[in-house]
Amino acid sequence: MTGRKKSSNNSSEAAGNGKVITITSGKGGVGKTTATANLGAALAAEGYKVCCIDGDIGLRNLDVVLGLENRIVYDVVDVIEGRCKLRQAMIRDKRLPELYLIPAAQTRDKSAISPSDMVRLADELRGEVDYIVIDSPAGIERGFRNAIAPADEIVIITNPEVSAVRDADRIIGLIEAEQKGPAKLVINRLNAKMVQRGDMLAPEDVLELLAIELIGLVPEDEHVIVSSNSGSPIVLNEKSRAGQAFRNIAKRLAGQTVPFMDMAADDGLLNRLGKFMGRGG
Amino acid sequence: MRPTVQIKGIREGLLVTLGEGMWSDVQTALLQEVAEKASFFRGAKLILDVENHILNAATLGKLRDLLADFDLSLWAVLSHSPTTEQTAQMLGLATRIHQGKPEDSPEPANEAGLEGADGLLVRRTLRSGNSIDFPGHVTVIGDVNPGAEIIAGGDVVVWGRLRGLVHAGAEGDTSAVVCALDLSPTQLRIAGEIALTPPDRKQPRPEKAFLRDGQVVAEAWSLPGNEN
Repeated sequence: MTGRKKSSNNSSEAAGNGKVITITSGKGGVGKTTATANLGAALAAEGYKVCCIDGDIGLRNLDVVLGLENRIVYDVVDVIEGRCKLRQAMIRDKRLPELYLIPAAQTRDKSAISPSDMVRLADELRGEVDYIVIDSPAGIERGFRNAIAPADEIVIITNPEVSAVRDADRIIGLIEAEQKGPAKLVINRLNAKMVQRGDMLAPEDVLELLAIELIGLVPEDEHVIVSSNSGSPIVLNEKSRAGQAFRNIAKRLAGQTVPFMDMAADDGLLNRLGKFMGRGG
Repeated sequence: MRPTVQIKGIREGLLVTLGEGMWSDVQTALLQEVAEKASFFRGAKLILDVENHILNAATLGKLRDLLADFDLSLWAVLSHSPTTEQTAQMLGLATRIHQGKPEDSPEPANEAGLEGADGLLVRRTLRSGNSIDFPGHVTVIGDVNPGAEIIAGGDVVVWGRLRGLVHAGAEGDTSAVVCALDLSPTQLRIAGEIALTPPDRKQPRPEKAFLRDGQVVAEAWSLPGNEN
């Protein structure tokens, strides 16, 4: 039996037990929002009650990636400034009834909320849901601090490229300084062929520098872009390898032990044989 | 009695000096002061002189977040306590407000000036953005990642991979050395000389860099008898 559970009608669940997971990266465009949407959706598919919060006030995206943009009435700033109740701002996903989103405000900026506002909001949500997944904005300023202030667990997303890894290192340093860690690492957009050719950093190179626990390797996958554009999380696509990788990460976050996928699997046996023989000749 | 909170406008922002007392009282006094004069403080850059208070990262981070509620940005923390200074540096806050002395100071400190100089032992990996600026010798047990920097008045010894920026003898001591188990800094400076790590690196080995005839050279770092 895995760690699966239904919380919605579980009265023995003590109030305030929800866990806050913040997804951050430092660098922009490495896949924070995609990861938030997919980890939230995968945890919800596992049977947990999940609320995603878009921490990127002023540049909201998570609603689009989750396909919930047209259902926004209230946003996180409305909750914090008391214009609505928490539940009114929680948009329920129709595909995954255990998944909720609190969207960011589009017409305000990061200074509209403070770290202690986020702590209060998260504490209120802990009584409602099992997991609160916060999408941090890029950067190391106010928005980032808002996003990590309530975190119980921090997941760093990086890409196998030098600049993204450098920023991840900076972020890990800041998290260590805040005594919030230890952060966990997801390497996103790994291209096994490029790694084999020596054109891309290998996961080992990234880990040697960052020296934190790896909880996921996500292969580069065109389906991710299609799914983001169509507002349907990739984890709902059983065939996608990136979707599989995100489902595995969600299970690991929930405390299950899941072996890592074989990154070279999409390479094809023939292809690899060919390469091997090419090298031999 | 309410602990004292002195506020002074300086070029860099608002200098707030905190008096003696229990830290929780001092923090409350500061926040009360800020709350009472919210419109005066709004948007200000704060330089906090905490004098002898010893603060850990959680405490200082919390205060910074509380100040952010009043739209105040904590920019620098001044302290007599090295622990607090290190905490502030780890949080990315400045720990001094005026530049010490200009870069092009013509008067190099002599070696004797460092006799018995203090040492600083850093038992963690320095990550991108971390910075150590210390007038004496610095020893790191851990790595120094790219984007991290060590500026030392004396020698720098790294028991790990040195890949960030390092400046030994930063006050002009030309006898300063830099040693590391893997010496591949982004940039290495000794006194006024600058060197880069050659791109064609073989297997990492312990190395020691020093100045020979005004040039930075690196040699194997090993027992004296084994040196060539």
